Amino acid sequence: MSIVEHHIDLAAPRISEAGVADYIALLKPRVMSLVIFTALVGLVMAPGHVHPVLAFTSILCIAVGAGASGALNMWYEGDIDAKMSRTANRPIPRGRVTEPEALAFGMTLAFFSVMTLGILVNWYAGGLLAFTIFFYVVIYTMLLKRWTAQNIVIGGAAGALPPVVAWVAATGSLSVEPILLFLIIFFWTPPHFWALALFRNDDYARAGVPMLPVVAGPDATRLQILLYTIVLVAIAVAPWPLGYFDAVYGAASLILGAGMLVLAINVYRRREGAEASRATRKLFAFSIFYLFALFATLLLEVVVRAVAPWIW
Amino acid sequence: MDDKQEPKSVKEGIVLTEAQKKSRRERSIAIALALGVLVVLFFAVTMVKGPGVLVRPM
Repeated sequence: MSIVEHHIDLAAPRISEAGVADYIALLKPRVMSLVIFTALVGLVMAPGHVHPVLAFTSILCIAVGAGASGALNMWYEGDIDAKMSRTANRPIPRGRVTEPEALAFGMTLAFFSVMTLGILVNWYAGGLLAFTIFFYVVIYTMLLKRWTAQNIVIGGAAGALPPVVAWVAATGSLSVEPILLFLIIFFWTPPHFWALALFRNDDYARAGVPMLPVVAGPDATRLQILLYTIVLVAIAVAPWPLGYFDAVYGAASLILGAGMLVLAINVYRRREGAEASRATRKLFAFSIFYLFALFATLLLEVVVRAVAPWIW
Repeated sequence: MDDKQEPKSVKEGIVLTEAQKKSRRERSIAIALALGVLVVLFFAVTMVKGPGVLVRPM
């Protein structure tokens, strides 16, 4: 059963009325903003000087690549999106953009983002961006999402790669720091999306997506959220004692990590009624702030060191 | 087929509505802007890299 129904007269040629706003919606702008931010952090943390034009080009290509992934994801998931209240307003289920149009749009953006990054910056970064798009669209969207409850755990790798792509764009090589950034986002993804899945359980069940709460039940999901949050907090703090990030980051990761842990414990303990729903929504909202604040601390550190090195 | 019986869309071709024309114009402008940005980007990077523009890893 679909939440939205649209009927197209097959006898008449279909002429698109899709506007620019519909195509922008295909890019998943909110996801893209997080990608831009994490990639920016990866870029500014990279050692050495990157010319601002090349830095801008790198971030633009990564952003467009993320947008391409979003469009290709919506192309493939039109049937699922129509069944979920959260996604029923997307351009394809609403009938504003057809699936072939979304496919063409996504493929064009993917091609240009990868080729531009490769030609103008370096081919390591271009190749890694191509792999990221491939991983998100083929591995996550086409293979994992409808097949296993571990979909967002493995698929989370695609969302964790943008800072690595940016680092490689800036340096032409890989190092421990971008891998740490990758691990933080990778382990952040399960508690974030499972919190969402807990209060959108009916949506996912209706669409037949085997999210953990649908397959294993809410209680097993609450335990998994808590376990992944413990691992996340440990991994996020670790770069400080290991000497990769400094004490200000260490303090921020401890305070923010404590917040995540308290909220995850709350989700684990409160299992019934409005309190349970409130706890999962709080964790979901705070997890976004957590990642943003953690990366903002790293960004701030680099900026302050460059502008006023005596402060930091 | 008798000319009188021919459907309007076949006789006159496809006639776009105002909404379709407006959205097509919007999309055309967006594509033009995107191409413009791409041209400017390639020009700017060429200027930044100078003769080294052809020297890239791999």
